[in-house]
Amino acid sequence: MTSTTFGLRARRPLANRIPDRGITITSVVILSTAVAAVLYPLYFIVIASLSDPAAVAGGRVWLLPQGFTFDGYVRILADSAVWRGFGNSVLYTTVATTISVCLIVAGGYALSRKDLPGRRTITVLLVVTMFFDGGMIPRYLVVKDLGMLDTIWAVVLPGAVGVWNLIIARSFFQVSLPDELREAAQLDGASDFRFFFTIAVPLARSLIVLMAMIHMVFNWNAFFDALIYLNDADKYPLQLVLRNILIQSDLASTGNMTGDLESYAETQRVGELIKYGMIVVSTLPILAVMPFLQKHFTKGALLGAVKS
Amino acid sequence: MTARTESPDLTLTAEATAGAGAVPASRRPTMPAPAPRRNRLKRVRRAWQLYVLLAPTLLYFVVFKFWPMYGVQIAFRNFNPVDGFTGSPWVGLDHFRRFISSFQFEQLIENTLLLATFNLAFLFPVPIVLALMVNHLSSRRFKAFTQTVLYAPSFISTVIVVGMLYVLLSPRSGLVNHLLGFAGVEPIFFLAEPEWFRPVYVASSVWQEAGFSMVVYLAALAGIDPALHEAARIDGASALQRIRHIDIPGILPVISILFILAVGNLLNIGFEKALLLQTPLNASESQIIQTYVYEAGLQQAQFSYSTAIGLFNSVLNLGLLLTFNWVARRFKQNSLI
Repeated sequence: MTSTTFGLRARRPLANRIPDRGITITSVVILSTAVAAVLYPLYFIVIASLSDPAAVAGGRVWLLPQGFTFDGYVRILADSAVWRGFGNSVLYTTVATTISVCLIVAGGYALSRKDLPGRRTITVLLVVTMFFDGGMIPRYLVVKDLGMLDTIWAVVLPGAVGVWNLIIARSFFQVSLPDELREAAQLDGASDFRFFFTIAVPLARSLIVLMAMIHMVFNWNAFFDALIYLNDADKYPLQLVLRNILIQSDLASTGNMTGDLESYAETQRVGELIKYGMIVVSTLPILAVMPFLQKHFTKGALLGAVKS
Repeated sequence: MTARTESPDLTLTAEATAGAGAVPASRRPTMPAPAPRRNRLKRVRRAWQLYVLLAPTLLYFVVFKFWPMYGVQIAFRNFNPVDGFTGSPWVGLDHFRRFISSFQFEQLIENTLLLATFNLAFLFPVPIVLALMVNHLSSRRFKAFTQTVLYAPSFISTVIVVGMLYVLLSPRSGLVNHLLGFAGVEPIFFLAEPEWFRPVYVASSVWQEAGFSMVVYLAALAGIDPALHEAARIDGASALQRIRHIDIPGILPVISILFILAVGNLLNIGFEKALLLQTPLNASESQIIQTYVYEAGLQQAQFSYSTAIGLFNSVLNLGLLLTFNWVARRFKQNSLI
């Protein structure tokens, strides 16, 4: 092996003479930088949420909290809008995920059956919606016509089924349920319903878990449908409450200098603390379950890639 | 004469009958046509339970995808809520003309295309490079750690990422401006200065989304036969050569599919973030077609006008998708359609 390497080395172009260790070192350096670039902002937000806002504003917080305080969290946890948003998000996420998973599994199964007349036409029609849709305004008008504005249905229904997920489900059934299995069941007198509910669904556990994960994260993080379809602040999901606190307030406060200065400064001071705390409180749940979710997402990425 | 006239008549009838008899013979191959139709009906009837399973999904698509698609016609009408999609008066291409001749038109197109292109130019290659590097490393623990950390931000919502940008980029108290302060740079109000909108948008997209695509590429890389690497190593191929001649060709089909998908959504993706990052001060760069549709349609209730703009965007997008799909097919890579 060494002699071959030696013989080749003389003819290699310059770029290929970079030793393998050089590649390894470069990779480690770049990846470590990337890891730090992802982790440090998150870490900084955690320590800033526990620090005296004056120390944060003065640039004295780098590695450890300065002037340790729980004030921000106390205020956040005492706020009814945050709790209501949290409750709404739990409700919307649960309902939307259940609907999505049911539609995708049942629809994907039906479309996977080669003996379904019209299957090809239906699939093509569905795929068309992937690349061309009516757009935001007609969809809004449809939701409005259905009388869904300001109801939970406007949040959970319009985005329930993604074509891509439906295709993943269809491929899953095509690959994992051999025709022989169904034929055998049919010979034994099982109807399509019976086969679906007692054989296909139990065998599709990994698909169901994957779809549930994808939709849980998607629905928990969604804000746009709520923004356009909900007017009643009591129905806002957490993301919309967050948006109002994190993003809107900042802009409002820079132009809104009314009131006496002292109270304004105080509001600003605590406001910053609350923002850092809100980011932590709302990110923590999803990052805490991430190691568990990641496994399934990787599987999903694989499914998608295999399909491609 | 009568006989004469009759005889041709007779022959005609004979011919006609012969012809009539011949017709089925000549059509024999297509004769079974009615049978499959009956068969098909039977098959449809036999599959009724499958249709029941499919029905809710189909209903969803009809209501939330095809009905809005049908409603796109208000782009050519003056929509009013009383007359609905089909009853409102027809105005032809008026809204499109108004949009194209409006003073924002050029700026909107420019902002949209520049943002989408910059975003793609960074967000597309970065995950490939990261995946190749992670794949190259031999330490399993470092690999897993890197993968988990880089993947994490894709679980964080756009609202929170933008919220983080607001606090970290704050001119008075933000981390970034404190860091810049060390380098002697005056504080920059990133979200108020139009020229900073695109860099902030693209950088945060890479921060948030690169890890997700990286995992897809890593999955594809894991599918490459290790024997190829072993053989190449025995033949004296360096790491770089193996990356170039084994890894990259191995994931090329995935790259090509993801590229077409990315281009197909070029003008749609990331609109939520643009909306969240938009401030009145940076609107000259952050106003893209989609945010303008939102503003004109939902905030100012110009339904027809904004639908026309949205349709314009969709058609532009579809054109891009088909073009790139065609290019991919020409290069004999996997194409989507």
